[in-house]
Amino acid sequence: MNTMNNKMYSYYFLLPAAIIYFLFFLFPTLMSFFYSFTWWTLTDWEFIGFENFINFFQEPSLRIGFRNTLFFAVTATTGKVVLGLLFAVFLCSKIRNRGLLRSIVFFPVLISAIAIGIAFSVMMHPTDGIINSNLAKIGLNGPNWLGEPSLAIFSVAFTDIWRGVGIATVIFIAGIMAIPWEYREALKIDGGSSFQEFWHITLPLSRPAMNTVIILALIDGLRNFDLVWAMTGGGPGFSSDVLASIIYKQYAGGFYGLATAGNVILFLFIALIAFPVFKFINRREVDL
Amino acid sequence: MSVHYENKEEVLSAGAAQKSAVRFSQKKTPKKILVSEILGTLAAVIFFGVPFYFVFINSLKPAEEAAQMNLSWPNSFHMLENYKEVLTINDGRLLLAFFNSTIITLFTILILIIICSMAAFVLARREGLSKKLNYLVLIGLMLPPAIVPTISVLQTLGLFKTMPGIVLLEGALRFSFACILYRAFVATIPRELDEAALIDGCGPLRLFFQIIFPLLKPVTSTIIVLSSIQVYNDFENMLYFFPGADNATVQLTLYNFTGMFGTSYHYLFANVILISIPPLILFIFFNKKIVAGMTAGAVKG
Repeated sequence: MNTMNNKMYSYYFLLPAAIIYFLFFLFPTLMSFFYSFTWWTLTDWEFIGFENFINFFQEPSLRIGFRNTLFFAVTATTGKVVLGLLFAVFLCSKIRNRGLLRSIVFFPVLISAIAIGIAFSVMMHPTDGIINSNLAKIGLNGPNWLGEPSLAIFSVAFTDIWRGVGIATVIFIAGIMAIPWEYREALKIDGGSSFQEFWHITLPLSRPAMNTVIILALIDGLRNFDLVWAMTGGGPGFSSDVLASIIYKQYAGGFYGLATAGNVILFLFIALIAFPVFKFINRREVDL
Repeated sequence: MSVHYENKEEVLSAGAAQKSAVRFSQKKTPKKILVSEILGTLAAVIFFGVPFYFVFINSLKPAEEAAQMNLSWPNSFHMLENYKEVLTINDGRLLLAFFNSTIITLFTILILIIICSMAAFVLARREGLSKKLNYLVLIGLMLPPAIVPTISVLQTLGLFKTMPGIVLLEGALRFSFACILYRAFVATIPRELDEAALIDGCGPLRLFFQIIFPLLKPVTSTIIVLSSIQVYNDFENMLYFFPGADNATVQLTLYNFTGMFGTSYHYLFANVILISIPPLILFIFFNKKIVAGMTAGAVKG
């Protein structure tokens, strides 16, 4: 068997992938840990210790990135999980046009974030946008969705939910479809209501699907750049800047060391949040 | 994040959905179902349809009307003028962008298919090695690229701002996803096939390209469709790693517009519609493939 392994499953097959993946992804990632401690101009560098990181924690315009990144990721993830599950339960019911509805829910996933961000930022215009002008018609005074510093990041998160709920929905549908029908049959024979069906069967048994949705949405939310950039550019001021947009601004300003430190912080942020969630979720699954 | 690819399409296919839905759902009266159908459609159309309608209808209006940013029916249609202007402005920059994006997407897919299927084949057959490298592959799904170090690597190799550079980079960034999908699929192909081929005197290259690779067709097509949409829609990496006057790509054309016209919403929206057509066409034809790829790993077992 071993000789067959060596002969048929040659390491050479890994070589093209390994070279490309290492050279263009792993190696720059490793490099970033070194250059985050330097003052860097691409041609020249100088070791400055923790100064870049201290900047990130002291400058208000940089520090705000932590809070916003977390707010954005958590809001978007919660929205996608709740709405996605509701849509999925609805789309698994007996209605006849569920194929059409599923396509409608899913199509925003395929449009670029930039295009969606631009469309929504026009719709969220404080006076002329269709959201506020329609709210005005029923007598409500809509807020300045993207101009209000405390609200802007949540408006962007709402747009991200609109864009990404389709993925969550189809994942939940796949999860619900995989539940053996005997459980529901047993519940029906015992005279359970549809709420009981949802609470005691659909919700606990679609856990694997929910785990996937949470992990995907969380990682997506922490990395998000396109939507913030298209909708607010981090503004007003720097009130809606997330780590990814701060990295861009530092890069564009020529502060390469600082931008790289931002990258390292983003890596650690993702690892610190995503890995424990990943572990926690996996443990719960074993318990079930 | 183990990925189980098999049966995904079957589970999701209309037939299976119909059967299970009929079996599962409560006995509702037809009237109740009709009400929920109508309400559901209405909600979906308002929530998801209105933004789409808004962009489309405003791309047909003349400048002053589009600047009002409302949903009203246009007084006069300027479809041809608007779209023609968008396509020809700046010496046909959008056309150049379409050309560039198509080339980048095609070559990225080509590289991705070849390197990922080969790597996944060996990884799936050598389980010990696969376990050792698992985390290395997984971080590619999680971490974004390190911006400046990547640029410095590209510059050192003379690939910064070049087509081959961005193609190789996109390949590296999408390697993990495709590799994991392929690995799960190869695991379902029996080893006996390899042994039979070996006994018949087949070498490793021939085994892979003549026997295994054709069997991977379903997952290959899923990866082609999904990755092409992702590469085509990519904004961030094009902004960082493929800047420059001649390096127009479709997502960046939107930015050339907002800068140049300020509030010329009719052109902006026409541009949005034009660049959204290719993914929508793919969606119409490969609906099931896309959904299957995106839900891979959602259901264990």
